[in-house]
Amino acid sequence: MASEIARYRVRINGVERTIESSDPDQPLLYGLRGLGLTATKFGCGLGQCGACSVLLDGRPTRSCLETIANAQGKSVVTLEGLGSIAAPHPVQAAFIKEQVPQCGYCTSGMIISAAALLAEKPKPTEDDIRAALAGNLCRCGTHVRVVRAVMSASGRGG
Amino acid sequence: MSAITAPLARRALTRRTMLKAGALTVSFALAGLQTRAEGTTPAPRMLDPKELDSFLAVDGDGTVTLFCGKVDLGQGLRIAMRQIAGEELAIGVEKINYVEGDTALTPDQGRTSGSNGIQRGGMQIRRAAATAREALIALAAQRLNMAAEDLVAADGEVRPKNGGAGIPFADLIGTRSFNLKLNPKVPLKNPATYTLVGRPLLRPDVPAKCTGTFTYMQDFSLPDMAHARVIRPPAIGAKLIAVDEASIKNLPGAKVVRIKDFLAVVADDEWAAVRASRALHAQWTSWSGLPEQDKLAATLRADRDITDEVLVARGRGAVGNPPGAMTRSATYFWPMQSHASIGPSCAVADVTDDSATVWTASQGTHGNRKTFAHFLGLPEEAVRLIYLDGAGCYGMNGHEDAAADAAILARAVGRPVRVQWSREDEHGWDPKGPPQLLDMSGAVDPSGRILAWRTEMWLPQTTRGLPDIPLLAPVAAGLDDVRGLQPGLISQNADPPYAADNVQVLVHWLKDTPLRPAPIRSPGKPANCFAVESFTDELAAAAGLDPIEFRLRGLEDKRGTEVIRRTAALMNWQSRPSPSPNRNAALAHGRGFAYVHYKHSESYVAMGMEVAVERSSGRIKVERVACAFDCGQIINPDGARAQVEGSILQTLSRALMEEVQFDRSRVTSVDWSSYPILRFPDVPKLDIVLIDRPTEPPLGAGEAACTTVAAALANAVFDATGARLRTVPFTPERVKATLNGV
Repeated sequence: MASEIARYRVRINGVERTIESSDPDQPLLYGLRGLGLTATKFGCGLGQCGACSVLLDGRPTRSCLETIANAQGKSVVTLEGLGSIAAPHPVQAAFIKEQVPQCGYCTSGMIISAAALLAEKPKPTEDDIRAALAGNLCRCGTHVRVVRAVMSASGRGG
Repeated sequence: MSAITAPLARRALTRRTMLKAGALTVSFALAGLQTRAEGTTPAPRMLDPKELDSFLAVDGDGTVTLFCGKVDLGQGLRIAMRQIAGEELAIGVEKINYVEGDTALTPDQGRTSGSNGIQRGGMQIRRAAATAREALIALAAQRLNMAAEDLVAADGEVRPKNGGAGIPFADLIGTRSFNLKLNPKVPLKNPATYTLVGRPLLRPDVPAKCTGTFTYMQDFSLPDMAHARVIRPPAIGAKLIAVDEASIKNLPGAKVVRIKDFLAVVADDEWAAVRASRALHAQWTSWSGLPEQDKLAATLRADRDITDEVLVARGRGAVGNPPGAMTRSATYFWPMQSHASIGPSCAVADVTDDSATVWTASQGTHGNRKTFAHFLGLPEEAVRLIYLDGAGCYGMNGHEDAAADAAILARAVGRPVRVQWSREDEHGWDPKGPPQLLDMSGAVDPSGRILAWRTEMWLPQTTRGLPDIPLLAPVAAGLDDVRGLQPGLISQNADPPYAADNVQVLVHWLKDTPLRPAPIRSPGKPANCFAVESFTDELAAAAGLDPIEFRLRGLEDKRGTEVIRRTAALMNWQSRPSPSPNRNAALAHGRGFAYVHYKHSESYVAMGMEVAVERSSGRIKVERVACAFDCGQIINPDGARAQVEGSILQTLSRALMEEVQFDRSRVTSVDWSSYPILRFPDVPKLDIVLIDRPTEPPLGAGEAACTTVAAALANAVFDATGARLRTVPFTPERVKATLNGV
C-alpha cells in the first residue's frame, strides 16, 4: 500500500485548495472537513442519508462516496460557500425565516439539495421538492418546514 | 491544567467579545476550549441548584448570564430559557448570555429528558430570575431611599414607578454575588403583563446551523487530538481472542489499543483511523445469545424470571362479565427500535492522571459525571463534562458510549482523543427502545360504559429506574463496578383516561431485554397509548358508537375534552361508528382518533388522522394529521409547534417502518436500507392547534404528541378497512396479511 502523500487540487467555494492524502480513494468528505469546512456532515458513509451533500460542478453529490482523486480539478460548493449569515443564499434565508432546523445535523445537505433543485427548476411544485429531497433524511421531523422554506425561496411561498 | 486561575470576568469578556461578533449562539463549550488552551480551568462557581448565583450572574456591561443545567438538543431551550428569565428579570433576551450543560459551570438540573426541560428546569430559572429581580429592587430601594413597592424593574434597570432615572442592574450589584437562596415563594409576574413569554422569538442557533458556522460535537477538535474508531465485536457477547497488529502496519501512524475486550484504532487523521478500523484483523469468540426475532413476543411472555406488580387497581380490579356486556381481548406488540440519529455519535476527551474533560452531546452531562468518575477511578470533582450539540438523540443514543470510548482511549494514549462512530456502530450499538408486549381485555355495555378494563404488560425490569444500562467501553475494558444510566419510566399511560367501573394494570417486570434498553422519546408511552387507545376503539366498535363520542362519554377533564373537540373540529368529524361503510374499496379511506393526558398529569393531546389504504399492496398513505395540543402556558409557540410537528413525524416513522432486525448474535439492521425511516414523499399534511393557557403551569411539549400517533393511525386503518393492526410497524406486508385475515 503506497503511503506517499499526494496533492489533489480542488476548487472549493471559489478558491483553489489543496487536499493532501496518501489515499486517492479518500472520500471528498474527509478532505473538506480536514480543511476545516465542517458544515458538510458525516451521516452514513454509504450515500444513503444526504447529510454530506455538496455541489460538485454544480450537481448535488454525496461527498462520502466521491473520491478526492475524482474531485481533482473540479469545483465544489459547500454550505459555507453558498452564503453566510450576513449574505445568505435564498434557501438559507428561507430556512432561517421558517426556523427549519431542530438538531440541524441534516440541514447542510438539505439546503445543498434544495439549492441544486432551484438552480435546475426555479419554480418547483411541492411534489417536485419532496421528490428532490427524498434522499435526504431528517430524524427530528422538520420535513413540513423544509418544503415550506424551499417553496418560499422559490418565490412561491405563502 | 489544574491551576484555578481564570477569573470569571475574563471568561465573561471572552463571551462578550464573541457576542459582539454577531453570534448570539455562543456555545460556552467553546469558551471551555479557550480556557483549556490558555492552560486554565474556570474559576469555581456556585453550583448548588438551591442558590441564585448558580443560575444567574449580572455582568458589568448591561448583560446577564444564565447558567442552565438543561441542554438544547434542537428543542429550543436556548431561546425559551432566555424568555423565561428575561421576563421575570425584566431584561431583553439579546442581553442574556447563555451557558449550558457544563458540570463546571452550570447547576445540576437533572437530565434533559422526560419532556421536563421547561416544566421543571425552566421553572427553577423562573424562580431564580424573579429572586434576582426582587434582590435588585431591594438594592435600588436602599440606594434611592425609596420603598420597594415604588420601584419597578424594566429593560435591565430598576427605576421609580413614577418616572425618574433608573439604575442599571450592574450598578446595583457590581461584581458581588447575590448570595441568596432561590425563593420558592417569590412573587412572579402576572402572565397578563408578559412581553417575552408567549412570543415566537427566533431560536438563536438557527442562522449558524443554516450557514455552516455552528460547531457540533462532530466538528469540535483540540490541539494534538488523535482520531479513533472502536471495533465492536461481530457478536454482542463475543470475547476478543487475538488482534493482528501487522494487519494495519501499512497505514502510517495507525495504532491499536486493546484493553481486554475493548478494541480500537487510533490515528492522526480521521480517514486513517477509518481505514485502519476496516483493515484490522481480530479474532473473536462466537456468541449467539439473542432470542429468535420472530419469537420475541413469545419469549417475553414465557420469561420465568419476573416480578409482578399491580400498577393500577380501581373498582373491584378484575374483569367482570355482567349480563349485556360485550367483552373483548387483544394483544399488542411494539418492537425494539433505534434512536436512529442522523449523525453517528461522537465525543472528545482529554484525560490526565488526575483529571478528565469530556465533550459530549449527551442529554445528561451532570448525571454522567458520577459514572465517568467511577470507571476512570477519579474523584467526581476532577471530571468535567461539557455539552456540545450532536445529531438529535431523542433519549439515549450512542452519545454516552462514544464519550466513554473517548475517555478510556484518551487515558490509554495520553493525548486528547476524538471518537466518531460509524453508521453501523450507531444502528448496531445504540441502546434500544425495549420491546413491549401488552394483553388487553375489557367489557363494555351497549351505552358505551366501560365495565371493566385490564392491561397486562411485559416490560424489562431495568425500566423501573434501576441503574442498569452498562456503557459498552467500561464493560468491555473490564473496569470495575460500572454505574450505568437509567432508561425512562415506560410503564405510564397503560390505563385508560376514561371512566371505567373496574381497572387493573398489571406489569410483569422482566429481568432482561435482548438488547440494552434505553429511553426513546416519550419512553414506553407510544406503545402503551397504542394499546390503550386502539383497545378503546375496539370497545367503541363493540358498542357500535362513534369513537370520539365514546371517549367523551367517559371523560370529565375539561382540558381533555377541549383538545378532543378542537381536533374533531379540525377533522370536520362526522359522527358514525367505525369501520367505514366503504371499507371494501380498493383504495380504502378512513379516519382515526386517539387521545392522551400525558403521564395522567402533563400535556393534553388529541390527534386525528386521515389515511388511504391500498388493499392490493397493503400500503398506507397517511394524508393528514390533525392535532390539538395543550401544554399549559406556552413559552414559545413556534418552538412548541416545532416539537409537536417533530413528535408526529418521528413517531409516524416508528409506527410505519421501524423495527430493529437481529439474528442470534447481533443487530443486522445497521444502515438506512435495513432500518428505513420516514422520507419526504411519506410526509402528510399537518394541522396543529396549540391551546395556550397563560395562567396554567407550562408543561412539556417535546414528547406528549408522540404517544397518540400509532393508535390514531391504527384506528384510521381500522376505519378504512375493518382490519385491526396490533403490531408495530405497519409495513405493507403486515397490513396485507392483516387485511387477508379479515
